[in-house]
Amino acid sequence: MDFGLTEEQQLLQQTVAGFLENECPPVRVREIFESEDGFDETLWKGMLELGLGGLAIPEEYGGAGLEILDLALVAETLGAAATPGPFLGHALAGLAIAAGGSDAQKQRWLPALATGDRLGSVALVGEDGGWLPEEWSLAPGAALTGKQRFVPFAHQADLIVVGTAGGGLSVVERGAPGLEVSAYPGVDRTRRVCEVGFSSTPAEALESGAGAADRLRDAGLVLLAADALGGASRCVEMSVEYAKTREQFGVKIGSFQALKHQLADMAVEVEPCRGLVWYAAHAMDHVPEEAAHAAAVAKAHLTDRFMQVGRDTVEAHGGIGFTWESDVQVWFKRAMFDRAFLGQPAVHRERAAADW
Amino acid sequence: MDLSYGAEYEQYRGEVAAFLKANWPLEGDEAGLSHAEQALVFRKRAIEAGFLARSIPKAYGGSEQPADALRGQIIREEFGKAHAPGDARGIGTMMLVPTLLDRGEEWQKQKWVGPTVLGETTWCQGYSEPGSGSDLASLKTRGELVGDGWVINGQKIWTSGAHRADYMFCLVRTEPEAQKHAGISYLLIDMKQPGIDVRPLKMMTGTSEFNEVFLNDVKTPKDWIVGKRGEGWLVSRTTLKHERNSIGDASATEALFKGLLDLARRSKRGGQPAIEDPAVRQRLGEIEGYMLSHKYSGYRQLSAQLKGENPGLIATMNKLNSTNIAHRIAKLALDLLGDDGMLDPQGQGALMGMAPKGAPGWLSQYMSSLGVAIAGGTANIQRNVIGERGLGLPRDMAVQRSK
Ligand SMILES: Cc1cc2nc3c(=O)[nH]c(=O)nc-3n(C[C@H](O)[C@H](O)[C@H](O)COP(=O)(O)OP(=O)(O)OC[C@H]3O[C@@H](n4cnc5c(N)ncnc54)[C@H](O)[C@@H]3O)c2cc1C
Repeated sequence: MDFGLTEEQQLLQQTVAGFLENECPPVRVREIFESEDGFDETLWKGMLELGLGGLAIPEEYGGAGLEILDLALVAETLGAAATPGPFLGHALAGLAIAAGGSDAQKQRWLPALATGDRLGSVALVGEDGGWLPEEWSLAPGAALTGKQRFVPFAHQADLIVVGTAGGGLSVVERGAPGLEVSAYPGVDRTRRVCEVGFSSTPAEALESGAGAADRLRDAGLVLLAADALGGASRCVEMSVEYAKTREQFGVKIGSFQALKHQLADMAVEVEPCRGLVWYAAHAMDHVPEEAAHAAAVAKAHLTDRFMQVGRDTVEAHGGIGFTWESDVQVWFKRAMFDRAFLGQPAVHRERAAADW
Repeated sequence: MDLSYGAEYEQYRGEVAAFLKANWPLEGDEAGLSHAEQALVFRKRAIEAGFLARSIPKAYGGSEQPADALRGQIIREEFGKAHAPGDARGIGTMMLVPTLLDRGEEWQKQKWVGPTVLGETTWCQGYSEPGSGSDLASLKTRGELVGDGWVINGQKIWTSGAHRADYMFCLVRTEPEAQKHAGISYLLIDMKQPGIDVRPLKMMTGTSEFNEVFLNDVKTPKDWIVGKRGEGWLVSRTTLKHERNSIGDASATEALFKGLLDLARRSKRGGQPAIEDPAVRQRLGEIEGYMLSHKYSGYRQLSAQLKGENPGLIATMNKLNSTNIAHRIAKLALDLLGDDGMLDPQGQGALMGMAPKGAPGWLSQYMSSLGVAIAGGTANIQRNVIGERGLGLPRDMAVQRSK
């Protein structure tokens, strides 16, 4: 038994981290955070050049054919840097088509998603809310009419995988008649969300949408948990760094035991979770009977931890932490996204409870 | 990542089950032996077969198996189902054995490791004193070398199991002139001798698991020392490290959580099983997140150790993490007990590594989860360690001065 990462996986994380250090330092994050559409062509192109567009897309369709664990390790690294951009929606669109598409559908869409020539996204929540496949409400068919909410980077997307009533999946392409996109004033400005309207908009159903919907949900939960792990770890690091440099009463504030203990408690919230995220991701490809449960627990647990540690990070920084200027708010708001997207922790705890 | 849950492990499970079928319960004359004697007879066979004392070298009476968390888990599960004795528990196997393996003389390992892992020889830990708890290095119990033996005088307190133990591993000030930490030696003491007076202390659970130990001209041979004179502090740090790292406790946490689920199934809320109450389910779900994190964190550390990698920050936080989880479990258990939570645990002892059964057991767990948080370094001391050694924050000024 080996419960650890391979050398390739460690290298993948280091490569992405190194790239982000140069191409996506906090100043750059801030520029994109403040920008009109939150989408930075150069940064995304750079990520695509690293192959991040098609990591888990099968090799025969132009991807790298890696596993969900590899994808999750990248998501963690992106989360640590609060990387702005469409990685999540794009990765999920690729997974959905790979899992549910006919061979012709895969041939048609996956290679372009893998290279990033086309950008993908997912539209799951209907007007009445509900992230889970069994809650999806948009009527399926060759033409869709209705609204989907909280669609990441729909403005930029070339194709959107839409969840329909009964747990089916359909693909709508950019420029389709009746397709209307309007951006929400989202709180997490590193991952913009939109409302997407359809009116008799042509759509093509994925051949075996139903089984794919569960995999899409679970992979999404794992990627959010991984993002939260990265973000929460970064929050602990930021707070510790600050405590080592900021002085009050003539000493570094980190020598005050009350603060030291708060920082220790933050670390204890986050650090033990690494194995759970790894396990949930690994289970997606190797322990199918436990995958849904592990993904639900991981999403609920990690996004809760991230939110808590995000709050603690603001507090540990004092007044500066509460400003718009401070980078802390970027991670704090990412935590708000991770917690809500694909369903609140309580929703997934309730699902996990069904397995007890 | 390779968790191959597949055929190899199922076959292994079969081997464990077949061994148990052939060897437990004992039969014939052996069935007439006392509980403790039966455990010894059985453990010997289980070690020979490679199922117990897996991390202990063969030369010292273990079975020296490659570390494998899944196999360990399978063994615990199958032994549990068969109600067969598992590895000997207690401070001797947890702390003394790893310390001897790390720092002991060859003859010391030969003499003590085997009988301790068998459960034949038991130990108590003589560290804390009335004036020295968190600031352990301030301890005052004196040891003087007179001829070829040590003469020890002083008092230890909170000594768990001292009333049963054959020996005590003990921190004693042997170099009074040396600086605080450098004046301490790690001595092994035979508990069955006239100078030792063990007086039980009643714990809040109503039982007497710990004691005061008065040492009055207690004798121990010159070479019953682990490490050199004045190195006792360093030697004891290896033991504390083992105590904090004991990864096995993640599976104890899992067992405790499963017990909590059972309690929730059996308890009623508004006439329905409590486990169907959404509020209860949410709290259980939160605890499950902590529990599974702790479990896989243990797997991760074990694999890192095997590859000779340093698991890093995480190694400093296992104790605090597991006591935090035990607290959360205790609080929910008390709520599930409802009115029975007003009853006394009726002298149920401390529960280590097992899920309690019945209300008295859970009430005792509610209290003993606090004892575990204090023993072996309080939660605050753990936070100091995490903050300073783990996160690299500046040292505590008061503690610095007292050196
Ligand atoms: C059930 C149980 C079993 C035990 N078994 C054994 C045993 O077998 N052998 C043995 O030697 N000992 C044993 N102990 C003793 C245990 O190790 C000590 O109780 C523990 O180390 C704390 O010491 P103390 O009781 O003197 O408390 P104190 O050190 O006086 O602590 C009191 C409070 O002050 C806090 N505090 C102290 N120093 C600091 C600091 N620097 N920073 C922040 N807070 C601080 C503590 O966290 C605690 O909250 C046992 C204790 C219990 C409860």
